[in-house]
Amino acid sequence: MKPILEIKNFQAHFHTRRGIVKAVDDISYQILPGETLGIVGESGSGKSVSQLSYLRLLPSPPLKIVGGEVLFHGKDLLKMTAEELRQVRGNKISMIFQEPMTSLNPYMKVGTQLIEPLLIHRGHSQEEAWKKGILELKRVGISDPEKAMSKYPHEFSGGMRQRVMIAMALTTDPELLIADEPTTALDVTVQAQILDILKNIQKQTKMAILLITHDLGVIAGLADHVVVMYAGRVFEKGTAADIFEKSQHPYSRALLKSTPRIDAIQTQLPVIAGTIPDLSKLPPGCPFYDRCENRMDICRSVFPPKKAIDPGHETYCYAEMSR
Amino acid sequence: MGFRYLLRRLALMVPVFFLVVTVIFFMIRFAPGGPFSSDRNVSPEIMRNLEAKYHMDEPLMQQYFRYLNDLIHLDLGPSFKHANRTVNEIIGEALPVSMELGFYSLVWALVIGISAGMFAALKPNTLFDYIPMSISILGICLPTFVIGPAMILVFSLWLGWLPVAGWDSWQDRILPSLTLGFAYAAYISRLTRGGFMEIRSQDFIRTARAKGLSEGKILVKHALRGGILPVVSYLGPALAGIITGALVTESIFAIPGLGRFFVESATNRDYTVVMGTSLLYFTLIFVCNLLVDILYVVLDPRVKYE
Repeated sequence: MKPILEIKNFQAHFHTRRGIVKAVDDISYQILPGETLGIVGESGSGKSVSQLSYLRLLPSPPLKIVGGEVLFHGKDLLKMTAEELRQVRGNKISMIFQEPMTSLNPYMKVGTQLIEPLLIHRGHSQEEAWKKGILELKRVGISDPEKAMSKYPHEFSGGMRQRVMIAMALTTDPELLIADEPTTALDVTVQAQILDILKNIQKQTKMAILLITHDLGVIAGLADHVVVMYAGRVFEKGTAADIFEKSQHPYSRALLKSTPRIDAIQTQLPVIAGTIPDLSKLPPGCPFYDRCENRMDICRSVFPPKKAIDPGHETYCYAEMSR
Repeated sequence: MGFRYLLRRLALMVPVFFLVVTVIFFMIRFAPGGPFSSDRNVSPEIMRNLEAKYHMDEPLMQQYFRYLNDLIHLDLGPSFKHANRTVNEIIGEALPVSMELGFYSLVWALVIGISAGMFAALKPNTLFDYIPMSISILGICLPTFVIGPAMILVFSLWLGWLPVAGWDSWQDRILPSLTLGFAYAAYISRLTRGGFMEIRSQDFIRTARAKGLSEGKILVKHALRGGILPVVSYLGPALAGIITGALVTESIFAIPGLGRFFVESATNRDYTVVMGTSLLYFTLIFVCNLLVDILYVVLDPRVKYE
């Protein structure tokens, strides 16, 4: 199967007064039609920056895309004209964001903003689009959708707004949905509902989902493949089973260990000592060096090359880990 | 917004209006001098006649209640200085002129101010931003009695395009309204720039981009409403100020507006004209602010008055 989106050696830097911040440094991965790819990493790992810059949604300057390709059906999104890109945004690729409270326009009725993608990309008439909008709201589980269309965002709770965001992203039946921490700002119960909605809709429409999160629980419930990111780099990628059961990278393992589990009696939750390094002063070698339990001398000077463990399971680490 | 809120606001106007009437009535009467004091020696008989004609011989409280009674019947009384003219007549003639001037000035202020502000916000920290914003600083700093004569010098005397003064043809309207509107345009451009800069950094603008909207559509459909709100809240005081503050402009361009009467009456102790014009301004400010509050509800659905 041909990948729907292929990221090749993508690099993006922020040019700030303090120097160049290497937010995304040479990452590569791909996502197949209909699958869910989870991108996991802690704050500052570059996961959100990379997603936002594929559709060129970050202001430039300060962001500068330094190199690489983002191939959507083989066509480089980074080389498209503004107009070509506009045709892709909200049409073939939709996005939902982390902040449901502020991602909707407070001055516009929910229905009016919901149907905008249909009006621009599908050429629907106002009435047609409005009818379809009601169905979309129903699909994400909003009760009394006719009435909801005429309400304003401030009349909804956070969970309801995120449902509206999802409905809005899905009006055009996109081939790829980029979900940037879609449940981070929500209660745990609401979080589960939102994930269920995404799962169900994916079953019906066969769209691919690129799911960005720092929450391994979310990834475990939804993702087919997982990419682990740290300090702008990809550290490990593989199937969900590869990462959760046979992880070959000290960072992935530490991350898994520091996730609270309901089925284990823990007196103290293990943490990864230290913090993510300053991205404007990265050492030449592995950025995890200072915090790594398996570090070696070579890690300090040269970033490790790709190491294939199984087909599709790759890590970037010198250390030989027990299986 | 409820109809009841509107009623309450209007009802609130009554006691405030009454208070304003009372304060101005007594303040102007306690000020030294009077409408008939002058350098000329007037014989006591004539003075008595004059005072009797204008009920000045009555006790002060009686005059006050007489004024209130007339006011309820919308009669602002006769002018003490302009013989044979009532305050109603004076306002009736001068107010339309002031309002016309104010209207054109406001149009200038909004058109120039908003477009300059949007321009600056679209390309912040470039020449498109620096040039209009520098001009706006000038507009805020320079008083009308500098801008007005400067405009006359350039456009009337040097270029000969527009008349120097007067209020007859449509060409007469251009320079005064530009002069008066300039400072407001300057202020509005800064408010617009600030408003749009703020809105454009909001998450929902990113959402709009992610939906595939063009930059123009984003500006008009998503950014305009929120971006314009600071201007709207400024509009109430501006509107009142533009009509009342036209005095300097009116005298530079010899326009028969209300501003002249306002100042003249205060120095002449023309009691009824002072009262009439002050009350008119009070009403204007009150109504303008009410209109702005209503406009706010229309623009921002989150604003509710109970």
